[in-house]
Amino acid sequence: MGKRTVIPFGPQHPVLPEPVHLDLVLEDETVVEAIPSIGFIHRGLEKLVELREYPEMVFVAERICGICSFGHSWGYCHAVEGLMNIEVPERAEYLRTIWHELGRVHSHLLWLGLLADSFGFESLFMQCWRLRETVLDLFEKTTGGRVIFSVSRVGGVLYDMDADTLAEMVRTLRGMEPEIRRICQVFADDASVRNRLCGVGVLSKEDAYALGAVGPTARGSGVAIDMRMTCHGKYQELGFEPIVETAGDCWARTQVRVREIYQSIDLIEKAVERIPEGEIAVPVKGNLPENACFLARVEQPRGEAVYYVKSSKATKFLERFRVRTPTCANLPALVKMLGGCDLADVPVIVLSIDPCISCTER
Amino acid sequence: MGVMKLSKTLFQNLFRKPDTKMYPVIQREYTERTKGHIGIDIENCLFCGMCARKCPCHAITVDRNSKTWSISRMQCIMCRCCVGYCPKHCLTMENTYTPPSTTKVVDTFTFVPPPAEEAPAETPAAE
Ligand code: SF4
Ligand code: SF4
Repeated sequence: MGKRTVIPFGPQHPVLPEPVHLDLVLEDETVVEAIPSIGFIHRGLEKLVELREYPEMVFVAERICGICSFGHSWGYCHAVEGLMNIEVPERAEYLRTIWHELGRVHSHLLWLGLLADSFGFESLFMQCWRLRETVLDLFEKTTGGRVIFSVSRVGGVLYDMDADTLAEMVRTLRGMEPEIRRICQVFADDASVRNRLCGVGVLSKEDAYALGAVGPTARGSGVAIDMRMTCHGKYQELGFEPIVETAGDCWARTQVRVREIYQSIDLIEKAVERIPEGEIAVPVKGNLPENACFLARVEQPRGEAVYYVKSSKATKFLERFRVRTPTCANLPALVKMLGGCDLADVPVIVLSIDPCISCTER
Repeated sequence: MGVMKLSKTLFQNLFRKPDTKMYPVIQREYTERTKGHIGIDIENCLFCGMCARKCPCHAITVDRNSKTWSISRMQCIMCRCCVGYCPKHCLTMENTYTPPSTTKVVDTFTFVPPPAEEAPAETPAAE
């Protein structure tokens, strides 16, 4: 048995912009234990419910994460709508589904770029981010913002999209698809990429389930859990099926995300075909109900996020707002994957869960 | 196979225009919905203060007495709540950005009443 050394990793690390700190206990070059600590970027967003009325809180919820911003605002609205028994118009639900899937395409392209960067493949990183730019332009055209959209409202959405804009969106995405396929082919069969990803950070199906992994981390290990299989949004009508890989290594998690990009484009196309005419929001007035709570679950690009809202008095202020983000659920699985890996593989494994520490700490 | 792919990408990159815009020469086009800054048609404003009450960031100040409407540009998060609540629809989300600044800019708009109708200029000359 070699001598044990402890190497600190993060919170400032060249490959990882997210402030997570890991104490890596090493034996020679092998990690025997990883002890994570977070708490470097806590912003106290949940506490703000005491100062912001419930319709205004959606802008705070949106700022939990800069990448899944639409998903977070949807999750919050979904929770408050459940609390107040508001029936959201069909068209609004479809529009939310379209924007949410568009967000998934942008998030996964961003992540693929970061992964390429983590194993030193700079040009692949640039190519992925170049493609992502087109999606951001679509967002700007339809919502007005590239990253923060402010289109979600309790009771519906702010903006509609006309038939031409929707058709244009599908055309743009379909036009991008061959290029995405060409670039993602590199992740699938380039020898140097496979050397860095295949068999690295293996998480078995049993472990993924027992440790409560969510999102592509769980699906890469063969656990078919996806909140889009439940009743949120319009996924049931669109015939959603979760994408699952069974190898459980970094490569499998990459493939899940690559295939989810194509799936999201398909879902957007189907949603555009089926979107009904009608209202895009219902007016929401009045106070919150007394002593009520609601739990909403939304599938973010990184996995399942849970939103809990509680009101105690009939005012405009919620008493409690609690968010459990996907990275929080994936950290135990990450610690498990890191046990026994090489020191050089640590950045790749950490990135393979798509960590978003800012939303974990809110 | 790998070499072929690489050379294709290499040649494409050599002969293609850059994907980034040559900024000061080529300006970016903003979309109709781009969140640039809040504009006001001060002529129509009632100074009712609805926008200031509905702004989640308290970025707007309305003074009925001096007939001024001011906005702290740095505080505004472009949520468009004020635009939706204004009863006179005199607020708009413009799609251009305000110039960059190093201080916390507050833009103030004052309503200047149009000059009162002038007395008829020509009084019939007394004979
Ligand atoms: S809500 Fe409209 S009319 Fe009222 S003060 Fe604001 S800008 Fe003026
Ligand atoms: S856009 Fe939102 S933050 Fe900005 S002034 Fe209007 S209400 Fe306030």
